[in-house]
Amino acid sequence: MEMTVAEALVECLERENVEIVFGYPGGAILPVYDALYHSTKIKHVLVRHEQGAVHAADGYARVTGGVGVCIATSGPGATNLVTGIANAYMDSVPIVLFTGQVPRIQIGTDSFQEVDITGITMPITKHNYLLKDPNKLPVVVKNAFHIASTGRPGPVLIDIPKDVAQAKISFKYPSTVRLRGYKPTYKGHPAQINEIARLIAKARRPVIYAGGGIIASNASEELLKFAEAITAPVTNTFMGLAGFPGDHPLFLGMLGLHGTRYANMAITECDLLIGLGARFDDRVVMNINSFAPHATVVHIDIDPAEIGKVIATNVPLVGDVKLILKALLPLIEKIDRSEWLARINSLKAVYPLSYNRDACLKPQFIIEQLWNCTKGEAIIVTDVGQHQMWVAQYYHFKKPRTLVSSGGLGCMGFGLPASIGACFGAPGSNVILVTGDGSIQMTIQELGTMMEQGLSVKIIIMNNSALGMVRQLQEYYCQGRYMAVNFSFHPDFEILAKAYGIAGYTFRTEEDVVKGLPEALRKPGPAIINCIVPSEENVLPMVLAGKGLDEAIDCG
Amino acid sequence: MDKHTLSVLVENAPGVLTRVAGLFARRGFNIDSLAVGRTDRDDVSRMTIVVEGDKPLIEQVTKQLHKLIDVIKISNITEDEYVDRELVMIKVAAEPSQRVEILHIAEIFRARVVDLGRKTITFECTGNEGKINALAESFRPYGIKELVRTGKIAMLRGSKFVAVGGAQTTQLEDD
Repeated sequence: MEMTVAEALVECLERENVEIVFGYPGGAILPVYDALYHSTKIKHVLVRHEQGAVHAADGYARVTGGVGVCIATSGPGATNLVTGIANAYMDSVPIVLFTGQVPRIQIGTDSFQEVDITGITMPITKHNYLLKDPNKLPVVVKNAFHIASTGRPGPVLIDIPKDVAQAKISFKYPSTVRLRGYKPTYKGHPAQINEIARLIAKARRPVIYAGGGIIASNASEELLKFAEAITAPVTNTFMGLAGFPGDHPLFLGMLGLHGTRYANMAITECDLLIGLGARFDDRVVMNINSFAPHATVVHIDIDPAEIGKVIATNVPLVGDVKLILKALLPLIEKIDRSEWLARINSLKAVYPLSYNRDACLKPQFIIEQLWNCTKGEAIIVTDVGQHQMWVAQYYHFKKPRTLVSSGGLGCMGFGLPASIGACFGAPGSNVILVTGDGSIQMTIQELGTMMEQGLSVKIIIMNNSALGMVRQLQEYYCQGRYMAVNFSFHPDFEILAKAYGIAGYTFRTEEDVVKGLPEALRKPGPAIINCIVPSEENVLPMVLAGKGLDEAIDCG
Repeated sequence: MDKHTLSVLVENAPGVLTRVAGLFARRGFNIDSLAVGRTDRDDVSRMTIVVEGDKPLIEQVTKQLHKLIDVIKISNITEDEYVDRELVMIKVAAEPSQRVEILHIAEIFRARVVDLGRKTITFECTGNEGKINALAESFRPYGIKELVRTGKIAMLRGSKFVAVGGAQTTQLEDD
């Protein structure tokens, strides 16, 4: 079948069952938009800034487990994607991005809206392509979707020069992928699996440390069975949250910098640490020398490069965590670990999460109320900062893919556009964005996209008139010299809501929240819920730089 | 800190050298030497990369290289018996009165004259790193005007080889 590359691209997307693309048009990508005009299967969502498109595709991918797709033009369109690509790369989110490029003959001449986007994104994509040969389009798109969604997922970018998009090719979509340099390992090595089973049988104080890999491989069910079978407490990394039921007695909450004290102490006391789809990130490990000092370390991950990268591993195992847990389960013998569980329960009782509930409205209280209203039956999207950590601490996620947040990159401005992607990925779900007054203003223009698309995101702004997390860092590390962290001007968020036709609320007291939040969440349509909270509130517990996990400071 | 020689087969695709070099730069790995060229197959190139580092570092380098889609195969041939060669060209300052002396040194290293100027002689020489270094040191008193070396290329000894399709180091059937 003869067609242009742009038409072939749309055909490829349809064959990959892409139902929605997020994008922003421009000159170099014109042929692709012209081809999209004719597609009846693919919905295009016009954002207000390209960063919004890539975050929306990211949010869509996180909620569905599928691949998010994003389109932008050359030059500034492409560079506006960069933050979002880095974000997806850090959190291993499968997205495929298409960018327009200047015609082949102009490449390298600094022509209008030209930028070397494949060069720029090389360190932040799993792979990228500059499509110079029109005939290769079908193979490249097929490869891109395969690479993005298999192994350790990640973003893949395809840069298409305008004249290539206009060239005619004879279209044939490949049925198989042939990449001799890319063959992820899924099945774990049987000898290592047996060795792990042997270590589990021997362990008296095991802890499971589960990360985003649990979500990526859809292994939540297996993790629950595994934890119950070996009666080991489970701590989640931030990316792993929602991968294990938050109300389960074996659950320790999040570990690390702002983790629960009992999770961090369990890590310090354990004799066997089972890392599942986690990467021993610096915000988790804090101090390499005092991390899990008594533990034999088992590390199961699909990415071999993560194993042994940060800390020495006793038993490495490369593979898909779901398949490996399935293989491990029949090898587990029931062992009495009541002594260890009693110790865990006493840690939980002595060092609970807590905050001072004085006169003013506390952000932690709002998250607790949010949980009371939803009982975990919602998709919680967050931005980045203190509010994000309070969500991680005080919201009890029940089901995987109900938390959408920027973990590795810590990218303020992710929340609103990601919420838009989440709405499309999970139609009918309650999508609630918890954000801060700093974060929301980084991508606030996407309120326009939300309204245009008729989406009902409930936006809770923890408004402390400050960049709270940085303010907290300055309190501890700069002896309270607060520099560039206080906003002396804010728009009136209620009036701003009105300008967009969104219901606006302002809560100043606990009573406001208790009375108003259920109604604001229940009422159909979007809402902006502006919560006035104190700027001095800190995220605690907190492990100070250089300290061990068991040395966290806490409130009171 | 040991030097490790990695024999890396890559897709002969545009940008592959940038991907590899960029990876080394952003992960803070130091390249001692790097030589690239096409193999007997048009679509496959071989990079011979010499990296200095301890074992965990080399392991991390290898694993990170493996993550590049265009990297087909990596062998740390340092762990095996191998031969390695480097080609060097040296332009030595040579007054007519010194020529005999310089040519005599060249003979010891089996360096060949490839060009002769009024006040210079240009030699080519192949050998391993040690030999090349020794040659350069011997010429230094006369004045080295220019020195170009290709970087090391290496190959496993005997019937073992690093090639597309086979295992890391494959033994030939008849061996």
